[in-house]
Amino acid sequence: MVGNDLAGRFFNAFGLPIDGGPKPEGKEVAVAGPSVNPIRRKLPSELLATGIAGIDMNNTLVTGQKIPFFADANQPFNQVMALVALRAKADKIILGGMGLLNDDYLFFKNIFENAGALHKIVCFANTTEDPPIERLLIPDMALISAEYFAIEKNEKVLVLLTDMTLYADALSIVSNRMDQIPSKDSMPGSLYSDLARIYEKAAQFEEGGSITIMAVTTLSGGDITHSIPDNTGYITEGQLFLKYNTDIGKVIIDPFRSLSRLKNNVIGKKTRKDHPQVMNASIRLYLDAVNAKTKLDNGFELTEYDQRTLKYSYEYADRLLAIDVNIDTTRMLDIAWELFSKYFSIEELGIKSTFTDLYWKK
Amino acid sequence: MMVINQNSKGKVHGIISNLVIVSVDGPIIQNEICYIIKEDIPLMAEVIKTSGQMAYVQVFENTTGLKIGAHVEFTGNMLEATLGPGLLSSQYDGLLHDLKSMKGTFLQPGDYTSTVDLERFWNFSPTVDKGTLVRAGDWLGSVIENNVNHRIMVPFTLEGDYLLENIFPEGSYKVTDTIAILLDNHGKQTPVTMIQKWPVKKAIHVYTDKPRPFKIMETGIRVIDTFSPITLGGTGFIPGPFGSGKTVLQQSISKQAEADIVIVAACGERANEIVEIFAEFPQLDDPWTGRKLIERTIIIANTSNMPVAAREASMYSAMTLAEYYRSMGLNVLLLADSTSRWAQALREMSNRMEELPGPDAFPMDLPTIISNFYSRAGFVYLNNGQNGSITFIGTVSPAGGNLREPVTESTKKAARCFYALSQARADSKRYPAIDPIESYSKYLEYDECIATLNSTFSDDWLIKINLLKNMLRKGKDAADQINILGDDGVSIDTHVTFWQSETIDFVILQQDAFDDIDCRTPLERQKFMVNIVLESISKSLFFDSFEEVRPFFKKLINVFQQMNYREFMSDEFSNHMQELHDLIQHNTIHNPVNL
Repeated sequence: MVGNDLAGRFFNAFGLPIDGGPKPEGKEVAVAGPSVNPIRRKLPSELLATGIAGIDMNNTLVTGQKIPFFADANQPFNQVMALVALRAKADKIILGGMGLLNDDYLFFKNIFENAGALHKIVCFANTTEDPPIERLLIPDMALISAEYFAIEKNEKVLVLLTDMTLYADALSIVSNRMDQIPSKDSMPGSLYSDLARIYEKAAQFEEGGSITIMAVTTLSGGDITHSIPDNTGYITEGQLFLKYNTDIGKVIIDPFRSLSRLKNNVIGKKTRKDHPQVMNASIRLYLDAVNAKTKLDNGFELTEYDQRTLKYSYEYADRLLAIDVNIDTTRMLDIAWELFSKYFSIEELGIKSTFTDLYWKK
Repeated sequence: MMVINQNSKGKVHGIISNLVIVSVDGPIIQNEICYIIKEDIPLMAEVIKTSGQMAYVQVFENTTGLKIGAHVEFTGNMLEATLGPGLLSSQYDGLLHDLKSMKGTFLQPGDYTSTVDLERFWNFSPTVDKGTLVRAGDWLGSVIENNVNHRIMVPFTLEGDYLLENIFPEGSYKVTDTIAILLDNHGKQTPVTMIQKWPVKKAIHVYTDKPRPFKIMETGIRVIDTFSPITLGGTGFIPGPFGSGKTVLQQSISKQAEADIVIVAACGERANEIVEIFAEFPQLDDPWTGRKLIERTIIIANTSNMPVAAREASMYSAMTLAEYYRSMGLNVLLLADSTSRWAQALREMSNRMEELPGPDAFPMDLPTIISNFYSRAGFVYLNNGQNGSITFIGTVSPAGGNLREPVTESTKKAARCFYALSQARADSKRYPAIDPIESYSKYLEYDECIATLNSTFSDDWLIKINLLKNMLRKGKDAADQINILGDDGVSIDTHVTFWQSETIDFVILQQDAFDDIDCRTPLERQKFMVNIVLESISKSLFFDSFEEVRPFFKKLINVFQQMNYREFMSDEFSNHMQELHDLIQHNTIHNPVNL
């Protein structure tokens, strides 16, 4: 059942209200419908700004993209996701909660309510109190509603799916009962296709509507070679890693392991031209700092360059990687140039001279 | 032509996802195509196993809503590709249905569109005289398709010699119009049109000889062409964990490679990657002809959310198109991303058929299926002495980035070039993340290939490349030593060795795929850069302390990088050359201490 009535409402896996409200009016549609003809898609190329430099500068998001957070269970992924959802300029935010703890369900409910964004939220939730098999319906319900708003209303829809690991676990239960031969990590052999069917619903449509999917895949002990994150990584357009940075005592977006595959559609095109090179140089220098830190840990003396990179790394992490940053991309690039000039010489950057001529300040 | 009435019929007996068990009333053949009628919509399916009156068919569509007892019609044909003018610039699904002529935003089951436009007129001109003896694959005439001389050939399915009884004069014809009439030795006439059909799972064998490939194919990617070159008619594969840059690398190859025709088979991968090609290729210029890239490209898209059975077929469809164009004497580049998804499609089906599984639940015959597929590539001499080639590069997406898994291992035995993408390189943004030491090209061991390399570059080319590779290896050791013993625990020479390898890494290995100039380096320029880098870093350089080494090489690398960003031999390029010269002079002569 889809329709405008969905907005602002909370449902279970069968689409029945769990917020005490009436059953929504609308038209009935079959879930898990056919896929979009690739030729009718548009190249996603509209910046989805979040204000978080670890995302906007290093892993720029684009409407129509699908990207998961790979996170350990103790990391604040739901909080970051909620923050991103509220800052991103989406017309609708559709939350699909699978195996959600009741506390987390209430967290999402509260944060959306407090932000006064309830009118653009639709939530389908399966909490840990519900049977696990019902989780399998959640993404379909969330995405069919998303398709309604994106295609019929030409809206920009952001779909949040948490936690896809629990979804995959439910898949393996069903496949097990059907006597299917399990492949790696006791997951069904069709795991890739099953996950792709969901994630590929993300699309930029010709008429302007779009579905962006942001998901959470919890890892066990940070292991990304497990079937679930592994298959997910092959399907999604990048992944975001959270990391606790002990130097500054804040959670940052890990610049090495995070990736947004669609960033090249926008950076340097929708953002300032020096964006790609500044991004790469700043990460490369940060890597030098990590190497210097290893040296330090091993008890070696640091060179003068090492010491500069270390100082740079603290400031870079604090001013650009931390998730509490909220600035626009031009400002991010300016900060990066400021740090470059402060700690390095022009040769140490390896940036095209067309850009150093323009932005190098000394 | 399909004559459905004379063929067997059946009824749906059981359904397991897209595997459907059909009870049949007559003879059927293995791999025969049938249509399951679901509420007036025909769903295409292929017979993959028969047992008594039961046929196991894999359906190329989602079977949701299909009912027991549904009617099934067999066609008497195997899965076939329609071959003819109009293939270029097209976008197909895995079964070669034209995506553009489908209606609506969504792919509707049963919307089977024609591979080539049957109504379009082409200007046919005959190239042989009537009375000639011809056989399968011989060229009868040609039409100009985009920029390509598209040969109209004697149908591949014909066996033995035929007499060309009649050939039609130059003029405008539809692809279905008869353009020639052949006579066999029993006096039976066979009309020939500009299209023909071929079962995709069989190789097209209309050549006389298939020698070892020997000519390098330029990709413009330095780490490939310089370190592990691939040949026209060669095979290669790119395994790599996700995020290591497989897709960007494949797209660079598809844009820049020296090929007449490029066929991109997107097999079970992301739809947006294909959309990128759809959006970009009509805009981008083919560096070889100056025309638009889309004109030489055919795209076969079976993205990850499209039906799984069609994913398996898509690889064969793509290879059949490649063979068709090779038979015209063209150099075809076939790119498949990714062959792992293809193998997974096989696994899903094998699983549903309850076959006993091999390693990682893949079917037991996976290695033979893969090697058989790779063997369809190659450089060939045609019946008329002309040559053509299919260069095949497949990507492999190893589960967990672990190269010891069945698909990677089977592919390693079948492909001759190996481009290992390294996670460590990708993490430090050293793109393309091809590991120069792990990767190899077996063609560098072929005498005939060495001979063409020597004439393309110079007689000592291989020696130089080995020198570079050795320096990279030594640099890696030096880096380890520095890490273990500390900066001041090793000699200055060790630092120099390390920075020499860093120079090679930054200047030759790394390449900016998103920079207009750096993205493509022609062979001539690669030769120049290899020579100048080797020359610069082999100079005896003098340093007072290890602390001077890094700044010097950083400056050196920076100048080289600026050169890479400039038009070859432009004024700016020459200025950087001068800078380079001064820099080296400074550290070879003016440093008095070590003299």
